[in-house]
Amino acid sequence: MTILAVSGLAKRFGDNTVIAGIDLDVKKGERIAVLGASGSGKSTLLRCLNFMEMPDAGTITLGGKVIGRRDSELALVRQRIGMVFQQFNLFPHMTALGNVMEGLRTVRRMSRSDARARAEKELARVGLVDKAAHYPAHLSGGQKQRVAIARALAMDPELLLFDEPTSALDPELVGEVLGVIRALAEEGCTMLLVTHELGFAYHVATRVIFLADGTIHEEGTPDEVLKRPKKQRTQAFLARHKEFSL
Amino acid sequence: MAYQWDFTPVLTNADLLAQGLVNTLKVTGTALACGLVLGLAFALLRLSQNRLASWPAGFIIEVFRTTPPLVQLFWFFFALPLIAGIEMTPFMAAAVTFSIQSAAFFAEVFRAGIVSVERGQWDGARAIGMTHNQALRRIVLPQAVKRMIPAFMERAIELMKTTTLVATIAYADLLFAANEIAQKTFRPLETFTVAALIYFVFITAFSLLARRFERRLAVSGESTVH
Amino acid sequence: MHWDFASVFANTDALLAGAVGTVRIFAICLVLGLSLGLVVGLGRYSRHRLFYWPATAFVEFFRNTPVLVQILWFYFAMPMLLPFSIDPLAAASLGISLNSAAFSAEIYRGGIQSIDRGQWDGARALGMSFLQAMRRIILPQALKRLTPALTNRAIEIFKMSTLASAVAYVELLQQAKLIASLNFNPIEAYTAVAVIFFVFLWPLVQLTYVLERRLARDE
Repeated sequence: MTILAVSGLAKRFGDNTVIAGIDLDVKKGERIAVLGASGSGKSTLLRCLNFMEMPDAGTITLGGKVIGRRDSELALVRQRIGMVFQQFNLFPHMTALGNVMEGLRTVRRMSRSDARARAEKELARVGLVDKAAHYPAHLSGGQKQRVAIARALAMDPELLLFDEPTSALDPELVGEVLGVIRALAEEGCTMLLVTHELGFAYHVATRVIFLADGTIHEEGTPDEVLKRPKKQRTQAFLARHKEFSL
Repeated sequence: MAYQWDFTPVLTNADLLAQGLVNTLKVTGTALACGLVLGLAFALLRLSQNRLASWPAGFIIEVFRTTPPLVQLFWFFFALPLIAGIEMTPFMAAAVTFSIQSAAFFAEVFRAGIVSVERGQWDGARAIGMTHNQALRRIVLPQAVKRMIPAFMERAIELMKTTTLVATIAYADLLFAANEIAQKTFRPLETFTVAALIYFVFITAFSLLARRFERRLAVSGESTVH
Repeated sequence: MHWDFASVFANTDALLAGAVGTVRIFAICLVLGLSLGLVVGLGRYSRHRLFYWPATAFVEFFRNTPVLVQILWFYFAMPMLLPFSIDPLAAASLGISLNSAAFSAEIYRGGIQSIDRGQWDGARALGMSFLQAMRRIILPQALKRLTPALTNRAIEIFKMSTLASAVAYVELLQQAKLIASLNFNPIEAYTAVAVIFFVFLWPLVQLTYVLERRLARDE
């Protein structure tokens, strides 16, 4: 069952065409790794999917309905498509629990007790119940990102977008976040994952797409793209990531 | 012949001075409170995409920053009643003038504070489905306000000094009371010296409190270590 | 409603006299305030107690008391101690200048402190005395940074000139009061003066924005 259908997506920033025509279908339960060099449009693609950036062309269909441009509609769309950022973007003036509850209280208008119960459940899911009363300033990078994931999960998204979730983390903290993402994958969460962690992508993804020049240059199963890449640019990209070894 | 200091006339009129001080605080407090609310409104208007909203607000702000406060006060006290056909007491004129004037200042502080909240906070808020207004209200403004507290305290202190201008329109603030007493007792030296000292003590005390409060904010606040 | 700007225009000579008075007191207070401010600012920067404490006392006192109180003190109170009286210009100038000196002292101090320590080292290494280093190396650099803040101060001084009307010094606001009381047209009189101030100050305010932006860009 297709959750999200993207057709003819294009995005320009001034003179710079970042996305030059992308078609993509995301089916329920799929885990798509999005790879590519810097500037290949990976983040922009993700940000277009939940309309954090407005596409210049193309249509995006969520659950069979084409998404329009109106602000009120987009707010609803973003409840169904969650996003986890490279810089976490936690709200510093709220505790971890407060951060996770915020969407439920303000957007879903849940009662405080319901929101709190749900938030505690999500924090438990990412292993941070004991940090519920802590402010982001007192959390490590890995903990902050896990809270960010819990915050996104609390909204019950049909699709989760991960925009380089571990790129801003110290190496020893990367593992705890990848562990949470892997657990979500095993539970059947539908996700798009922009990442440089190629080994992780290989083990977790059901499909890999490689972006270059603003289009999908190559796509296939992890085995096909990462182990037996057909196109030259894909091979060159993988060769540069020497630490990727199977 | 050396001057003979004599503070007793001042002391006998201490109640007048006290009442004057109360009135000074009344005007300052009113102007501060109204100025804050109005200032936020101005700031949001200035930030609005709608030209019809941002331009008039911008105009008012510019006018109030480029004309002398005393001229504004005179205008509101002498001119406005004739234009609008309403009665203006000195207190009202002072309250209106200094409220709008403070608002013009606060608007810029609010605007700078809101803009200084990093873009990622808007992203985080929108990504969980918040509308622009929800994001502003729940996420951006609370963070902006914390950063603006030093500027607010600074403005409050300035306002306490600026409100002495009301003495020129015969509002019985501390300075006006001092002037009255000085004329009555023929002891301007003692009277004005005492008045100056009262202002000094008050404003210095408030300054120190403000600085202590700022330091406490800085310690507990956002020492974000990304 | 019947606006009577005609009587305002009929009194252009009065307004002109006011404008002259405004510019005169502005010039006096600008020069006195900013130069005394430099001296006090250096005192605030100094590590010698002899200079630091008097400078600090000066700044604290003249920043934490309202200008109008100071002006009235100089006009009404001080003559009791002196064998001569003080005219309105002198009283107002004293009040505004001392107040401006206190504020500019802090501006100067901040600017001097913001100059990298290495500049002092470079100057001293060449054998310069403290004053030489200050005059040739530190101040020129500091002044560049301080221009927006000092321009702001100048604008404030210009606006403060209206306070001199409290002791009946002939400047623009005082003349507006005069015209209003003679012709019973406070609306036109005060609006006209407000417009004059706005027209004069607005370019200066825009200049400070430009200076601030330029400074932010260069830093």
